[in-house]
Order: sequence, then structure tokens, then C-alpha cells
Amino acid sequence: MRRFSWFNVTSLTLGFAFLYLPMILLVVYSFNESRLVTVWAGFSTKWYGELFRNKEFLDAAWVTLKVAIFSSTIATVLGTMAAYVLVRAGRFAGRTLFSGMIYAPLVMPEVITGLSLLLLFIGIGLDRGVLTIVLAHTTFSMCYVSVVVSSRLTSFDRSLEEAALDLGCSPFEAFRLVTLPIIAPAVISGWLLAFTLSLDDLVIASFTTGPSATTLPIKIFSAVRLGVSPEINALSTLLIGIVTAGVITASIVTKRAAVAQARDEQAAERSE
Amino acid sequence: MAQTVFAPWEDPDRKPLIEFRNVTKRFGEFTAIDNLSLNIYEREFFALLGPSGCGKTTMMRMLAGFESVTEGHIWLGGQDIINVPPNKRPVNMMFQSYALFPHLSIWDNIAFGLRRESKDKAMIEERVEEMLRLTRLTKFAKRKPHQISGGQRQRVALARSLAKAPKLLLLDEPLGALDKKLREETQFELMDIQEKTGTTFVIVTHDQEEAMTVASRIAVMDEGRLVQVDTPDVIYEAPNSVYVADFIGDVNLIPGTARPRPAEPVTPVADPAPAPQPASVEDAAPAAEETAPEAPVQAQAPTDARQPAPNARGEWLYKKVFARFMGQRDLNTPQLPPPSPEELAAARKAEAKAAAAKPAPAAAPEPAIKPGGILIDWAEGQPPIIAANGDPALDGKPVTLSIRPEKVTIDLEKPDRPNVLPGKVIDIAYLGNISTYHVELATGQMVKAQMVNARRISNRHITWEDEVWIGFTETAGVILEE
Repeated sequence: MRRFSWFNVTSLTLGFAFLYLPMILLVVYSFNESRLVTVWAGFSTKWYGELFRNKEFLDAAWVTLKVAIFSSTIATVLGTMAAYVLVRAGRFAGRTLFSGMIYAPLVMPEVITGLSLLLLFIGIGLDRGVLTIVLAHTTFSMCYVSVVVSSRLTSFDRSLEEAALDLGCSPFEAFRLVTLPIIAPAVISGWLLAFTLSLDDLVIASFTTGPSATTLPIKIFSAVRLGVSPEINALSTLLIGIVTAGVITASIVTKRAAVAQARDEQAAERSE
Repeated sequence: MAQTVFAPWEDPDRKPLIEFRNVTKRFGEFTAIDNLSLNIYEREFFALLGPSGCGKTTMMRMLAGFESVTEGHIWLGGQDIINVPPNKRPVNMMFQSYALFPHLSIWDNIAFGLRRESKDKAMIEERVEEMLRLTRLTKFAKRKPHQISGGQRQRVALARSLAKAPKLLLLDEPLGALDKKLREETQFELMDIQEKTGTTFVIVTHDQEEAMTVASRIAVMDEGRLVQVDTPDVIYEAPNSVYVADFIGDVNLIPGTARPRPAEPVTPVADPAPAPQPASVEDAAPAAEETAPEAPVQAQAPTDARQPAPNARGEWLYKKVFARFMGQRDLNTPQLPPPSPEELAAARKAEAKAAAAKPAPAAAPEPAIKPGGILIDWAEGQPPIIAANGDPALDGKPVTLSIRPEKVTIDLEKPDRPNVLPGKVIDIAYLGNISTYHVELATGQMVKAQMVNARRISNRHITWEDEVWIGFTETAGVILEE
């Protein structure tokens, strides 16, 4: 069988075109000379310059970053704790209910989550701003973290913790000195997931934000309503670039670690 | 080796290091450990042996503190430890998976427990170096666990669990992951280390060879109970039940019905062998619980096999219909309660006296096989098996003769032995140093006989389909009830 039959090539092209054509268009038009987004008038990087002079965008980016860092950190702590308890506590009455309730926000429509949070904040008289967005983002990204961490914990060799207890650790020391370092990769990827979820969230942020805090997605969305400017294209291109670099770096690091581990293990077997 | 025999369990004044007192462990409905009592002494190498699911691992985990005790108490060095958390017990454990911390170097793995005791740095260093030397790991100290081989990992796990110098070291199937050759080497290494450090070791294993090699005593477990606790040689040569005999090593089990041996020799063998050594294994079937007469037909056929006995349908008919108006038939031959050792001795003496008192019949000239014991009727139309070490009080009971293959000889000519049976060679397992012959007797019963291959293979003379005689002495087997 030929690997590159016309059928294979066509489906591959169609698939990738479907996925990436819009983004390519966006990237290409970010280098457009013209103010009109859809008319090509020559190559230029002036919109990038404009972007960095635009204080509103920069403020929004800063707010977004703050929110993402705080909410993902809190979500990671809470989500890891929840995952640990659910995996480790064994069978207790209502365990299935509890784990179901942890995962439910994953499938809950964002509009409902946003609305309910808004009602809560109004109810308790909390002024909407950065704090409320952080709380809201923590709420929904926490369950993503706990899914990632608990899947790592289920494959975690329980006897490692028992060995730590056996050697004189208190349960908390065992967690801090043995469990946490070993599940660290899962905790970090949980944090990254929470971070990116918070970065690009529009719906929940727009429900829970106030006039004092505008995140980047909200800013872009409202700017687009007034007409798409090449500045937004430039901003989006930067975001795509950052995400791509992050993903590639992460996969290279993981691959290298795996290769090194396999090599060490082979060497160890031979040395016996 | 030690000049004085190490047997603290025989000294009534010795205080055990570990005492299980009526310990029961239940997981929900399931009873993993059933009202179990056991003493383990200082410096012992104690093996818990049994098939998977027999409760041996639960016992070990209760000692380590990872499982709670449902009922009863566990004492360790004079302290009731059932409510002491694992990190406060003077007990360390070597895990089956080794449980080495993958993010720490070998050195840090071994130092892990010492650091928790907040000892000063120099002391920790000294102790770790000592452990590395003991387990020959010094040159691997800087490596991570995944950078060393399985055998080395096993030694790291041992070094780490010994570093804190625990009173008691628990080993959970420590050699399961190693290949056979490495395992055998490591067994001797373990014994060596145990002797050097003087630590009490409790090992859990399902490998009976491993248990026999390393242990001073073995506890054979089945379904949460201790079946037998004894030294390896007693476990092997004098198992107290069919279960133990079958679990430990290779064994031939021949079921039959016991009857006391008449004093006059009725041996079907033409000329019995000269009287062998009296068996050292006397009380093969001690005062165990009354065996339920599972085979009532056999059980009630007393001395005379020709006496008619009801078959299964007749039995059923009687029980369901006739018993109602005919009343209870006395099914059981009157039986005394299981004899105490004194009674046994007395009975034997009386028997011997009776045998001596009787005028020796014509066959007397040749010294008969040691009088006493039982005959086992094991198959219709076959001569009974002579078991001089059987207890005459077993009269009429179903018993099993357990005999090790290496105690069964195999010959082409009819040999001069107390028990000889004709058969045909079905299979030969050639293992190099020994050969095991599977011989089918006339009744279809298979018997394994083992021979040491002292001669080169070209000289072997018994082969497949050969008509052979298997033989064994009257004390080679062990009589088991159940």
C-alpha cells in the first residue's frame, strides 16, 4: 500500500486546512500594511508597534496575567488536595457522588457557571474586579487540575508512601517528601492547564468582571465589536506564537527525559 | 555454623519478641485472619508461607502497621502495638516492589529513614556508608534507582530498611522479581546479613524452597489460619496434614482406610527387609479435631473389608426413609476420643507386649518389621500398605499416606522391601541431578519415584513403558488424617 495515495493526501490536506487556515489568515493579515483587515497592501510590522503603544491592551494583558497566575495557583493547590483525598481515602459512603461532583463543572455550561457566580458575588456584596475573576477562574479550573492529578495518583505506587511512613515520616511528611516530588510533573501540567484556561476564558470572566478589571479576551471581544483592527491580529499572532513555543518546548523536554531514562535503564541492565 | 542449636521456641522461659494474641482481621464480610496466635522470637528468621490469599501478607502488614487489627492484640517487645502508627514502630519493611524513591539517589534512599530521626550528619553518613558496604553498593551511591539493575535495587531496598537498625525487619516476597540463579545467591546473602546484624527477620513468601532455605521456622498458612508452625525439616518430614504435605515439595498421596496391624506378620511380601530404624517421626497425626467421616462407607467398614456395607443409594434410602421408623442405626464403630501422648505410648507398649506374648507363628524366623502401626487398605484386591509409624487408634478411619518421591525406589526386579507395588513407567522427568519417574500402578494410581543420577545418562536402564517395582520402607511415609 502506498503511504501517500491521493486519498490520504487529500484527507490530510483538508483536515489541516480546516484546523489551521483561519489562523494562517490571521497571522498573515497581522503583517498587513493596510488598516483594512481584508485588503492586502504590502508587508509591515507597524501594527505590532501600535499594539505596544496601546495602553488599554497592555493593561488588559497585565490583568489577564495576574488573574491567570493567581487562579491557577490556587486551583492547583485545591485540585491536588481534592484529587489526593478522592484517590487515597478508599471507599467511603458517597465517594462516587463526591468525585462526580468534582468533575461536574467540566461539563457544566460556562454561561451557567458564570451566572451563578455573578449571583453569588452580588448576594454577598463583593465588588466585582480582579478578585472575583480570580475566584471564578479558580472554581472552574480546579476540577481540571484534579482530573489530571488524580489520574497520575491512581497509577502511583502506594507502597512508596507506605515505605516513607515505615521509615518514620508522618503522613504529611510522606506527602511532602515522597508523593509530591513524584507527582510533580502532573501537578505542573495541571497548573499549566489551569493557566491557559484562565488566559483564554471570556464567558465566565465577562460575567464576573467589573469596570476596574478587563481581561485580554474581554478587551479583544469588545474591540472586535467595533471592527477588527490589524492590532488585534498582531496581538493574536503573539499569543499563538507564545502557545506554540510553550507546547514545543514542553514536548522536547518530556521526550529527552524519556530517552535518558530508557538509556539509563538499559545501561543498568547490562551492568548486572 | 552455630554449635548450640538455635531453638528459642523450645525454651518456655524465653519471652517472644512478637506475640500475636487471638488476632482476627476482617475486611468487611471476609475474614482474612481468623483468631490466630503466634510467637516469634528474637533473632529468628521466620517465614510465613502459603498460597496467595492465605493471609500471610495481611499478617505482615499488621506488624508494619498498615492494617488495623479487628480483634486481639499484637505485642512487640513487651508493648501492645495495635494502636501505634507505622512511623512510630521499631519495625521496618522491605517491600515487594522495593518501593525505592525514584527521585532520590541510592545514598539518599538509604539515608531517608535516618534523617527522619534527626540524627547528626556525621552519624547518618557513617551509617549509610556502613549499609552500602554491607550490601556491596558503595560504587552505586550516586545513582538513581532506575540506573541500577534489579538485583542491585533489591539490595538498596534491604539496606534502606536495615539502616535504622530495627528490632524487626519484615520482608514481603523480597526475591520475587529476581531470576532463579540470582534469587538463590540472594537467599544466602540474606541469611548472612541476618546473622551479621542479629535482626529478627519475618519473611512472607509463596516459594516453599525459599522458605526452607532461609527460615529457622516456617508457618504454613491457609485461609487465615496457621496450619503448622515448625522448623523446615519437621515441616518437610512430618507434615501434620495433607495440606502441608501437598504444599511443601513433591509428594505422593495415597488415600486408604487404616486398620491396626495384627501382631503376626501378614506381610504380603515374601521376605521382608531387615528391621529398619524406628521412625523418629512418631505422632504423625496428633490430636487434631475429629475428622468428619466424609466417606462413611469406608469409615464404618471396620477390620474386615468383606463385611457388606451399604452403597450410596442404600445409604440415602436408609437416611431418608427407613431411619424414621427403624430408629437410628449405630453407624459408627465405637471410637475413643483422640488419644493423648501418654495414652498413645501406653497403647504402643501394650501392643508391643501383646505381640511379644503371642506365640510366634511359623513365619517368625526372619525378624519381622517393627510391630505395631497400621495397615492401609488403599485399593480393592491390592495388598495393604504397611505403615509401622501409624497410630493403631486410627482403626477404621480414612487416612492418607504421604510419601516423598525421593523415599520411593524404583527397580526392574522385585526388590526386597516392606512395601512393593508393581507398575508401569509413564513419564520420566530428567532434571539433571535427579530423575523423577511417574509410575502408574495397576489401580491407575500415579506414584512418583525419584532417583539420584549418580551414573552418566548412558547407563540409565529404566525407560518409558517399562514394567517396574516401586518400593518403600514401612516408615518412609507419614500417615495423615483428614
